[in-house]
Amino acid sequence: MIEREQVLHVAKLARLGLSDAEVETMAGELSGILEHVDRISALELDDVPPTSHVVELENVLRADVPHESLAQDVALASAPDPVDGAFRVPSPQAE
Amino acid sequence: MGDVLELTAVQAHGAMSAGELDAGEYAEAWQGAAAGDELNAYLWRNEDGDGAAIAVERPCVAPIAVKDIFCTEGVPTTAGSRILEGYRPPYTSTAVRRLIEAGAPILGKTNMDEFAMGSSNENSAYGPVLNPWDRGRVPGGSSGGSAAVVAGGLAPWAIGTDTGGSIRQPAALCGIVGLKPTYGAISRYGMIAFASSLDQCGPLTRDVSDAALLLAILQGADPCDSTSVGLEQAPRLPDREDLSGLRFAVPSDLTDHVFDAGVREVFEATLETIEALGGEVGEVSLPHAEHGISAYYVIAPAEASSNLARYDGVRYGMRAGGEGDLIEMYERTRAEGFGAEVKRRIMLGTYALSSGYYEAYYGQAQKVRTKIAADFSTAFGEFDFVVTPTSPSVAFGLGEKTADPLAMYLNDFFTVPMSLAGIPAISIPAGLAEPSGGGPQLPVGFQIAAPAFGEQKLLEAAYALEQAIGFDARPQGVRGG
Repeated sequence: MIEREQVLHVAKLARLGLSDAEVETMAGELSGILEHVDRISALELDDVPPTSHVVELENVLRADVPHESLAQDVALASAPDPVDGAFRVPSPQAE
Repeated sequence: MGDVLELTAVQAHGAMSAGELDAGEYAEAWQGAAAGDELNAYLWRNEDGDGAAIAVERPCVAPIAVKDIFCTEGVPTTAGSRILEGYRPPYTSTAVRRLIEAGAPILGKTNMDEFAMGSSNENSAYGPVLNPWDRGRVPGGSSGGSAAVVAGGLAPWAIGTDTGGSIRQPAALCGIVGLKPTYGAISRYGMIAFASSLDQCGPLTRDVSDAALLLAILQGADPCDSTSVGLEQAPRLPDREDLSGLRFAVPSDLTDHVFDAGVREVFEATLETIEALGGEVGEVSLPHAEHGISAYYVIAPAEASSNLARYDGVRYGMRAGGEGDLIEMYERTRAEGFGAEVKRRIMLGTYALSSGYYEAYYGQAQKVRTKIAADFSTAFGEFDFVVTPTSPSVAFGLGEKTADPLAMYLNDFFTVPMSLAGIPAISIPAGLAEPSGGGPQLPVGFQIAAPAFGEQKLLEAAYALEQAIGFDARPQGVRGG
């Protein structure tokens, strides 16, 4: 069972603002989903290696050759608040 | 030449190569058809020069609809999300670039569940896509727009993406062919990431031959995606007429679960068709496959929570207004920009990766993934293919499952195991069945899965079966329907 406090903690980790109503619904929905997911916790898999990826590739390398990249103005074109060739953001520390 | 919109993409390609069909006129005819979209299937259509940056100089392949998850230079790319509203990427994904280089004009960008999270298209920030067979029902998801345009006569073919069933399930619910290739067959470069170890691009087409042609255009290793390896040989058009010597396995661990009676009837009739074509049908055990949903709904949200961290209101997309510091801006932007399902998955994934829960959830799910892949390997030692229904039901009603996230997730019951194992699987229309609640008949999909990189063999078997089934039903009001 996921409690309200846990929802708030996880939302903080995820940098996700949630309304009070969303916190309530989320607690119930996550609990329901995790109850289903918990079925796998009973499986005996101690000696089984985990799979993070199905393609067996290792250290895919390319030649270290300089090539063109996006121009500064193109890279900034979609930014909500570009200023002087940079991305402007609110201060990390509130006044 | 009669109604050119009746031609399959393979037929049109042949006619254009032979000089019997003018490629420009053919593409215009499809533009006209696409303009008649009443299904909310297109989010953007290529008109009035707005798509200049992705224009095709000399068209020679059928025009194509592209799921709005593929970055297209200068052209709106939203992934169905409010957070990317108005975003026009500065570059084009490899899959779309290959289409353009092959001479396939881009007809438009199709609606989808937000960031490909969903099985009904109801999670789009731009409204649900309607199923062309019954506009009160969902087209499936997340590539619902791509499936609906092909089934609804609004595009000759389309591309989508499949993370846990997002090509195969909507193809099944719309009565068309959907192929999820082997992980790594097609580059993911420029495909907006949901769950990177599972996401794969693939075709949604009218028939199996069109799927083969489209796969041939799309596949190949790409220096921009280090996990792409391509197929050993480009697929050829399939021509196999029988299934003699081929062994098809029914995984009873999956098919013993309850699903619609109508779907079961079509599934069993299709098994008989396989036998009539000389194929052998047997049972196989995939003991861990039924845990696919549990493993998937840990792994996919975990990867998503990481991938979606980039939407922070700084470099692209929307930024929420208001006072406060940087962190508060992040939190407000993500609160306003993401829909309910995306928030749920970010929360689920962040929880599963958080300190104290990582081993119990993410670690355990990755071990289940190993077991599911091993189950398939064992099955393929004895059989050529594993077959299941694609979806437990025919298309369900709009709003029918939105209140219960878990019920929605269970739509992926038959498709998720193949995604976790990274193997190719195709859904072909196998017949029609009445919905469990009654009503007019709707399409049922039949799923065939093959070992990794076994695409050619898979297409051959699907083609032989498709010819024998002879599915030719179409939605009312669509040409020929």
